[in-house]
Amino acid sequence: MALELYLDLFSQPCRSVYIFAKKNNISFDFKKLSLLDGQQYGEDFGKISLIRKVPALRDGDFCLAESVAIMLYLAEKFKTPDFWYPADLRQRARVNEYLSWQHTAIRMHGSKIFWLRVRSPSLICVGAVRLVMSYLSSLPFIGLLAQRESCSEPLSAWRDRVQEAVGKELFDEAHQYILGAQESVKSMDSSKMQVYKPKILRLFM
Amino acid sequence: STLDQSFSLFSGIFIKYTLRQQYSKEFGDISIVRKVPVMKDGGFILTESTAILEYLTQKYSGSVADHWFPADLQQRARVNEYFSWQHMNLRAHCSKVFLLRVRVPIVMDAEIPKETMDFALENVKQSLNLLEEKFLQSKPFILGDKISVADVVAVVEIIQPIGTGFDGFEGRPKLIAWRDRVKKELGEKLFEEAHEALMKSSNMPQKLKNSSSFAQLKPILQKLFR
Repeated sequence: MALELYLDLFSQPCRSVYIFAKKNNISFDFKKLSLLDGQQYGEDFGKISLIRKVPALRDGDFCLAESVAIMLYLAEKFKTPDFWYPADLRQRARVNEYLSWQHTAIRMHGSKIFWLRVRSPSLICVGAVRLVMSYLSSLPFIGLLAQRESCSEPLSAWRDRVQEAVGKELFDEAHQYILGAQESVKSMDSSKMQVYKPKILRLFM
Repeated sequence: STLDQSFSLFSGIFIKYTLRQQYSKEFGDISIVRKVPVMKDGGFILTESTAILEYLTQKYSGSVADHWFPADLQQRARVNEYFSWQHMNLRAHCSKVFLLRVRVPIVMDAEIPKETMDFALENVKQSLNLLEEKFLQSKPFILGDKISVADVVAVVEIIQPIGTGFDGFEGRPKLIAWRDRVKKELGEKLFEEAHEALMKSSNMPQKLKNSSSFAQLKPILQKLFR
């Protein structure tokens, strides 16, 4: 049985795993999961991951959650080039340090901005909330193609380097879904998303 | 125990965590993030507890037993999976209850609304459920038969709010048994020593209010809790 990756490319950690696997030519079965449709709550997915989040991996009878754990597992199993996750003590520590910090830093705040800008308005209808600035021009967000004008110079330069190292084609492919987020809001069925309302009210209001 | 041996291999500079010190210039020079723990190994400075734990087990691999942070692909993945999950789950939820009971009311000069506390307690419950059902299941420890860093990282979070009157172990015999196994593996003395300062947190609100630096720190802390 081929390695399976359960992904919704709307999600940042899914994109990380997708890009990493593809860039390293790791073959996998792309199991598309739609968070918008609540597929993470299905019985089948519950057998893959009780945490009910994406990304998730299934390798034979070994199931794994958490994008960081998945990427490190793939790096080790498929012996990806050292620079991805260096064996050197100090360099590895630096990567681990970042991977740990990002959970409650950029990842959390970036997600919040995404929810506020893209999902919430169509759900809550709070006054005249308009998506004036696109999600793309939000604060710097790792792995996301932010518009040049809004990104600081060093971060823009860094983003360009990442894009070049990964390869423009793969980078664009991974992000095409999310870059169309603003457009897809317009066609979103808000009744489908009512399940998120309590969460949003608690987290953001 | 192996853990004792590993700790004695290096001399840690213990910075006592008081209200003032993480905002001092000296500490800022060590870590711009201004959080603890921070490790300084010669000229190498490292933050983030999970990164520090891995660094120590890798550096002292000669004397730290493999079960703490196994080299095996799948076992290691399980540690990484736990480390990753706990940030925004068990750790975040238990910390929130702790802060809501001990810090926030003092800093924000306000009572915690019942709804806020209920929501925080519900989150802890969900995290504890997942710890039992997904991470522990029917195994003695998270990785299986032997203790690992995952168990240590987990147990300290649940203990955090105990001094404030919230015992996450209550009504969970499975977790109690696991905690006792962890305590036994680590040694009661070490376990108690590590938790001594925390257990005195019941008088923390008053201590905080009486502290001379409270007035200066209040606006900084208020920003964190908004």
